Amino acid sequence: MSHEAVRVDPDMEYLTPGVVDLEQMFWTGLGATYTHCNQVWPNLYIGDKKTALEKPGLVEMGVTHIINAAEGTWNNVSTEMIHSLFLVNPSGDIFLEKHWKSVVSRSVCDYFLEAREKALDPEDVPPVISTPHHYLISIYRDKLFFLSVIQTEVPPLFVIEFLHRVAEMIQDYFGECSETVIKDNVVMVYELLEEMLDNGFPLATESNVLKEMIRPPTILRSVVNTLTGSSNVGDKLPTGQLSTIPWRRAGVKYTNNEAYFDVVEEIDAILDRTGTTVFAEIQGVVEACVKLSGMPDLTLSFMNPRLLDDVSFHPCVRYKRWESERVLSFIPPDGNFTLMTYHVNAQNLVAIPVYVKHSINFFESGSGGRLDLTVGPKQTMGKTVEGVLVTVHMPKTVLSVSLNATQGSYTYDNATKVLVWDIGKLNPQKLPNLRGSLSLQTGAPKPEENPSLNIDLKIQQLAISGLKVNRLDMFGEKYKPFKGVKYITKAGKFQVRM
Amino acid sequence: VWLDCLVEGEDGVGFAGLTFVSLLTSVDMSSSPTRNDDLKEMLENNKESLKLEAMKRIVGLIAKGKNASELFPAVVKNVASKNIELKKLVYVYLVRYAEEQQDLALLSISTFQRALKDPNQLIRASALRVLSSIRVPIIIPIMMLAIKEAASDMSPYVRKTSAHAIQKLYSLDPDQKEHLIEVIEKLLKDKSTLVAGSVVMAFEEVCPERIDLIHKNYRKLCNLLVDVEEWGQVVIISMLTRYARTQFTSPWREDGVFDENSERAFYESDEEKTRDDTEIKPYTMDPDHRLLLRNTKPLLQSRNTAVVMSVAQLYWHLAPRNEVSIVTKSLVRLLRSHREVQYIVLQNIATMSIQRKGMFEPYMKSFYVRSTDATHIKSLKLEILTNLANEANISTILREFQTYVKSQDKQFAAGTIQAIGRCATNISEVTDTCLNGLVLLLSNRDETVVAESVVVIKKLLQAQPSQHSDIIKHMAKLLDNITVSMARASILWLIGEYCERVPKIAPDVLRKMAKSFTSEEDIVKLQTVNLAAKLYLTNSKQTKLLTQYILNLGKYDQNYDIRDRTRFIRQLIVPNEKSGALSKYARRILLAPKPAPVLESAYKDRDRYQLGTLSHTINTKASGYLELSDWPAVAPDQSVRNVEVIEPVRIHPSICTALFHFCPDSPPSFFHISCYCPSLPVLLPGEGVGSITGEDWEVQAKTYSPSDLRHCVDIGFVKQLLFRVSGYLHVFRSVTVSYVVPFVPQEVKLQKEVSLLDLDDCELTDVKPWFCPSVLSPSLLTDLEGLSLSNISTMQVSGPAFVPEKSHNLLHRMTGKGLAAQYQFTRQPCLYQPNMVSVQISLTNTSDHRLEQIHIGERSPAGLKIHCFNTIEFLEPDASVTVSMGIDFNDSTQAANFQLCTKEDQFSVSIQPAVGDLFLAVTMTEQDFRKEQGKLQGMNECSATITVTAENTSSQPLNRRVAAMANVGVVPSGQDNVHRFAGKTACSGAVLLVTVELRESSAAVITINTEKSVMGSMLLRDLKKSLAQA
Repeated sequence: MSHEAVRVDPDMEYLTPGVVDLEQMFWTGLGATYTHCNQVWPNLYIGDKKTALEKPGLVEMGVTHIINAAEGTWNNVSTEMIHSLFLVNPSGDIFLEKHWKSVVSRSVCDYFLEAREKALDPEDVPPVISTPHHYLISIYRDKLFFLSVIQTEVPPLFVIEFLHRVAEMIQDYFGECSETVIKDNVVMVYELLEEMLDNGFPLATESNVLKEMIRPPTILRSVVNTLTGSSNVGDKLPTGQLSTIPWRRAGVKYTNNEAYFDVVEEIDAILDRTGTTVFAEIQGVVEACVKLSGMPDLTLSFMNPRLLDDVSFHPCVRYKRWESERVLSFIPPDGNFTLMTYHVNAQNLVAIPVYVKHSINFFESGSGGRLDLTVGPKQTMGKTVEGVLVTVHMPKTVLSVSLNATQGSYTYDNATKVLVWDIGKLNPQKLPNLRGSLSLQTGAPKPEENPSLNIDLKIQQLAISGLKVNRLDMFGEKYKPFKGVKYITKAGKFQVRM
Repeated sequence: VWLDCLVEGEDGVGFAGLTFVSLLTSVDMSSSPTRNDDLKEMLENNKESLKLEAMKRIVGLIAKGKNASELFPAVVKNVASKNIELKKLVYVYLVRYAEEQQDLALLSISTFQRALKDPNQLIRASALRVLSSIRVPIIIPIMMLAIKEAASDMSPYVRKTSAHAIQKLYSLDPDQKEHLIEVIEKLLKDKSTLVAGSVVMAFEEVCPERIDLIHKNYRKLCNLLVDVEEWGQVVIISMLTRYARTQFTSPWREDGVFDENSERAFYESDEEKTRDDTEIKPYTMDPDHRLLLRNTKPLLQSRNTAVVMSVAQLYWHLAPRNEVSIVTKSLVRLLRSHREVQYIVLQNIATMSIQRKGMFEPYMKSFYVRSTDATHIKSLKLEILTNLANEANISTILREFQTYVKSQDKQFAAGTIQAIGRCATNISEVTDTCLNGLVLLLSNRDETVVAESVVVIKKLLQAQPSQHSDIIKHMAKLLDNITVSMARASILWLIGEYCERVPKIAPDVLRKMAKSFTSEEDIVKLQTVNLAAKLYLTNSKQTKLLTQYILNLGKYDQNYDIRDRTRFIRQLIVPNEKSGALSKYARRILLAPKPAPVLESAYKDRDRYQLGTLSHTINTKASGYLELSDWPAVAPDQSVRNVEVIEPVRIHPSICTALFHFCPDSPPSFFHISCYCPSLPVLLPGEGVGSITGEDWEVQAKTYSPSDLRHCVDIGFVKQLLFRVSGYLHVFRSVTVSYVVPFVPQEVKLQKEVSLLDLDDCELTDVKPWFCPSVLSPSLLTDLEGLSLSNISTMQVSGPAFVPEKSHNLLHRMTGKGLAAQYQFTRQPCLYQPNMVSVQISLTNTSDHRLEQIHIGERSPAGLKIHCFNTIEFLEPDASVTVSMGIDFNDSTQAANFQLCTKEDQFSVSIQPAVGDLFLAVTMTEQDFRKEQGKLQGMNECSATITVTAENTSSQPLNRRVAAMANVGVVPSGQDNVHRFAGKTACSGAVLLVTVELRESSAAVITINTEKSVMGSMLLRDLKKSLAQA
C-alpha cells in the first residue's frame, strides 16, 4: 500500500487518503465523516447493510460481489428452540429446507452427511451431533432423515418428539411419509410446518386442529381444486385452539355414529438357544377410531385393569379418574388416535405363542453349512397363528443358500445377508420346515457365532395378556353409537438366539 | 447471481459493515436470469387462481433452498388479498425475505397493523405472528406496541402469540429487554393454560435470572400444569426445577432417613430435654415443594416422551431420595419408543444408574441387547447393565454377556469384554470367574475380541498378579499370533512388570521382540524398551546383550518418542560415571508397585449437567445452558409465594348450590358433594374425603384441577372449595372460586358450549349485590359471542348491569311464627327455565326450636309457574339459608302468591315484582339498536320530557340510575348526550329499548320502544321518577 494519497479516479476529485493521512485523521479525529459507503481502493468499497440492500445503487456503482465481514447485533442472539429443518433422502440429498428464523446454510448438513457416510447402517447415525456453531438433532424414519438445527440448549427429546410428530403428521395427511409424497405436496407440507412451529416453538401439533386450518387432500378435492382453482386451506378459521379441548374440533357430525377400539398387544421376547425365555414382556396399545357427532364423553372400562402395570395416555384421558376408578374417561378426538399404551405387569408369565426348532452348523473344514428350521405353535389359546415371518441375519461369510421350504417361500439377500422366510398361517398338523445347505466364502474361517432369528406373527381375536374391555358408555349425547372392540396379538421384538 | 452470494453471506450474521468488490465497472444487473418473469406475470394477473399457482411455485422454490428474493415487489402486493390461502403463502414469503428487502417490506406493515385490530382473534394472532417474524429493525417500536396490546387482548390465543413475539423481538433487539420484562410480568399473571407455556418460554429466553417474577405465580403454574399443552409443560417443568433449587432446602438427608410429616415430632417431646439445642431441626418439606412434586407426577403418564423425561429429571433433582424411583417405570416405558428416544433416555438412565443402582435393577432385563439394536443403543445398554451389576445379579449378567461376546458386531463384542472387566473389578467375588472367562476368549478366532481381552486381562492382573503366572505364560504364547498393537503392548508390559514370576519365558519373549523390533508399531516398541529395561535390572546376565541391541535399535528409530525413551532408559539403567545418583534408584523407579487401574463408567461425572438437557447428551456445556444451582442452606422467605386469599364469601345461591350428605354405607369421613346447578336437571357429583373435628367440621374438598372440571364443568364448578357445616349449610370459598354462569338456553348442547369457556378467565370476585358491569368477564363474553346461543342473533343476554341490594319482606317473623323470609331479585338469567325470573329467598329461623321441612305449597293464580326450591329438611334456631327459585310472571307485574310451608304451618306470601325486574339485560351494537328501534315505532313507542337533576347529566350516574331501575344493558353510544339501553322481557323475549337524550338546561327526553306497551309506559313512569330525583 502506498504511503501517499492517491487519486483513484482521474475524473473524480475524491482523493483516497494515504496511510499518513489516515493516521492523522485517526489521531485528530478530523476529516472523516460517516457515510454509508466509501470507495477505499479503485473499485473496492466498504459499506454498510443499507448500501448492500440497495440494489439500484449497487448497479450504479458496478458492484459484482459482496463480502460480508459483519458481526451482527441481532442475529447472534438466537432464542428459538428449533432453528431450521432439513429433509434428507437416503442418498444424502437435501430435498426440503425450512427456516423459522434467519437462514442457515445447507453446508451445516455436511457434518451430518459425514456421520452418515461413516455409519454402516442409517440407524447407526448418532441422533445428536455437535458442530462448532450448531447442534444437529436428527431422526431416521421411513427411510428419510429429519434433521433439525439447534443453536442453544434445549431438551433433545423435545426436538426428537417434535420431529416424529412432523413425520406422523405427513403420514396422516398424505397416507405415507416418503420423498415423492413430500415433493408432490411441498406447498402443503410447508404450510403445515408453518403452523406447527412458531419461532421454533411448537404451536399446533394436534392433527384435529391442523386439519381444520389446512384440509388434507382427497382425490375428489384435488380434482375439484384443479378445476375451480380453490384451495386446501380452510376458509373458516378454526375454533379448536380456543376450546379447553384442543384435540377435538367443534361441530362434528356423522350420520353413522361409531366407535371402534383395537387392543393391540405386542410380545417382546428373547429366547435362548434352548428355547427358554430370557426376557419377555407384553406391551399393549389401544387404538381408537371414533366417529361420533357432537361432544361425546366416553367411559371405557376393563374387566381386569389390574393387569395394567404402566400406562400412558392421550391427553384427553382424565388421569384422576383412572387413578381412583381404573376407568378411561375421555372426550375423544375425532377420527383415529392412540388412546393409551400400556405395559402388562411383569410378574405375569408371558405366554409364548410359538416355538422354533433350529439347527445351524458350519462345517469345520469345507466352505458350507446346514440349516434346519421348524416353527410350531406353543401357547396360542386355541387361536390360529398367522402371518408368521422368520428373519435370519446370516454371518457375513455366507454367500448363498439353497434351501427347501415345506410351506411358504424364502428369499435371501446377499447384500444384507438377510434370510426371510414367509410362512403365513401355522398349521399345527403339518409344521412348516425350512432346511438345506449354506455355502460360505471360500477360505473364510468358520463363523464364530450362530445368527439370531427374528419372528413376526399375528393372532387375531386374542389379547395375549388376557385383557378384556368390559364396556363403553357414552354421555353427553343422545344418539346410540355403534361400538366395537377388536383384539390382536403381534410379535414385537421377538428374537430367538440360535 | 450476485444476490445469491449476498444471501449466503448473510448466514448467521447481520450486516454492520460490508465490503463490496466490483471487478467490472459495468455489469448488466437486469440481464440476470429471467426464469422468474413468468411468475411475476402470473402474480400481476388479476386471476386469483393464477396468483395462487405462482405463489405455490415460489414457496416450492423456497423449500428447495432456491433464491426467490427478486420477486419481492410482485409478491408483497398480494399481502392484503382476501383469499386466505394466498395470504398465507404471501406471509410465508414475507417472513423469509423481508429482512433482505426492508424498504419494500415496510409497505406491508400497515396491512398487519390493520389486521391487529380485526375482530377475529385468529386474524389478530396471525398478523402479530407475521409482523413479529419480519426481522426489520425499523419496525421495532411498532412491534413493541403490538405486543403490548396483544398481551392484554381478550383472546388467550392472541396473548399466546404475543408471548411468542416477545422472544422474536428480543432476539431482534436485546435493548428492549426492560420493556419486554414488563410484558412478561403481565403475561405470567395470565390464568389461561394456553398462555402459560409460551410465556414461561419467553421468560426463560429473555430474563431467566428474574426469578422474583415467578414467586407469585408459582402455585398457579403448579396447578395449571396438567392442562397446559405438552410442549409448554416441558418448558414450565424445567423452569420450575431451577426455581425450586433456589427456593427450597435440600430434601436429601445424609442418613437417608426421611420423614416428611416427621414422625419424630411425635416422640420429640420425650427426647427434647436430652437433646442439644444446636441439633439440626428435622427436615420438613416446604408445602410448595411438595405441591410441585405432587402436580408433576401425573405427567409421567404423558404420551409425550419429552414431558416424561422432564418430570423424571425434576424428580431426580428435587425429590427426596426415596421418591425418585417412581419415575423408573415410566423411563423404562420410553425404551419402547423410537430409536432416537431410546438413545437419549438410555443416556440419562446410564447417568442415574451409577448413583442409584436400585432404581433400575428390577428392570434389568429391559436393557438386554437385541441383535437388531443400533450400535449406540447397544453400547448404552451395555453401560447400564454394567452399572447395575452387583453380587446378586452378576451371574445373570455374565451369562447375558457371554452371548454378546459372540455377537457378529465385533465392536460390540469388544465393548462387552470391557464391561466384563469392569464387573470383575467392581465385584470381587467374580473376579476369578471373569478372568477365566476372558482367558478362554484368548483363543477366539476374532482378533478384535482377543486383543480387547488381553487389554482387559492386563488391567485385571494388575490388581492381583500373584496367583496368575499361568495366565501370563499363556499370554506370552499369544504374542506369536496376535497382531493388534495395543494387545501386543499390553502383553509386553505384563511380562515386564511380572518378569520375576515368569523368569524363563521373559528373556525368550525379549529375544523374539528384538528380532521383530523394527517392524513393530510405536506403542509396541516403547513397551519392548520397557521390557528390556526391566529384564536388565532383574536378570542382567541373560538379557544384557539383548537389551543393548534393543537400545541401539531404539536410538536410531524414526520416532523421537522412542529415541527419547531409549536415551532415558540407557542413562537410567546402564551405570557409567556420568549417570550419577539416579541409576542407583533405577530398580525402584522402574519396578515400583503400581496402583491398579480403576475401571469406571464414562457416565460417572455426567450428572454435573442437568438430566435431560442437550448439554448432558453431548457432555459439554451447550450455549445457553443454565446451571442448576445448589440447594440453599437456608430457605429464602416462603411468604413471597403467598397470594392474597380472599375471605370466605358465600356463593350466590342462584348460581351454584352445593349440597352434601353422608353416605350411610361409607365410613364417616367419607362425604359426597353434589354440586347442583339449577339450570341442569341433573346433579353432578364430586367426591372427597375429609375428617370431622368436633361439632364444626371442615373439609377440604378434593382439589379439582381443570381437567376434572371438564366433566363437572357444567355445574359451573370451582377450584378449591371449603365446605363447612355447623347445623346448616354454608358454602365458603377459599382462594379462588371460579364458575361459569350458564345462561344457556336449554336445548343447546350444553357440554360443548361450556367447554369452550376458559374457566380461569371467569373469576367472580364478589357476588354480593354490587354494581358490576357484567358478571361475565369480557373474554368470556367474546368467547361466547361466537356460539350463537340466542335465537336473536344480534342480541346477547348478558349479566345484569346492576343488582339492587334491596330485599323485600316476604314473611315477617311474627306472622311466620319464627320463620322470617326475605326475597330479592337477582336479575340473573333464570337457570331453571329461560322465561322465568330468578328470585332469591333467604329464610331465617328466629324461633327457639328447629323448623322442619320448609317448602312451597299451593300457589295462586293456579296457572302460576314456579320453580320451587328443594325442600329444606330442617333449619336450626338462628340459622338462615338462602335458596333460589324461578317464577314465570308472564310479563306482568301481577304478584305471585304462594304458600310457604313448614311441617306444622302454612303462610300465604306474595312476591311483587317491579316492572324493571321483569327484563333481562342484553348487549347489542348501536347499529342493531337503531334497526330494532325502527321496527318499534308508533304505538310501540312512548316518550316523555323531564328535567333531570344535575348529577344525572353525566353518563356514569345516569347509566347507574337506569340500570338500577330496570335490568337493562348499556348500549355503546356514539353520541355523548344520547344514552341507550337494551333489554328483553323475561317471558316473551320482547325487545325493550330505552333512549335517554339529554338536552340543554337539564332537560331530557326518555323514549321507550317495546311492543309490550303497558310495560313500556310503566317503566317510563318509574324512570321519570328516578331520573328527576336527586
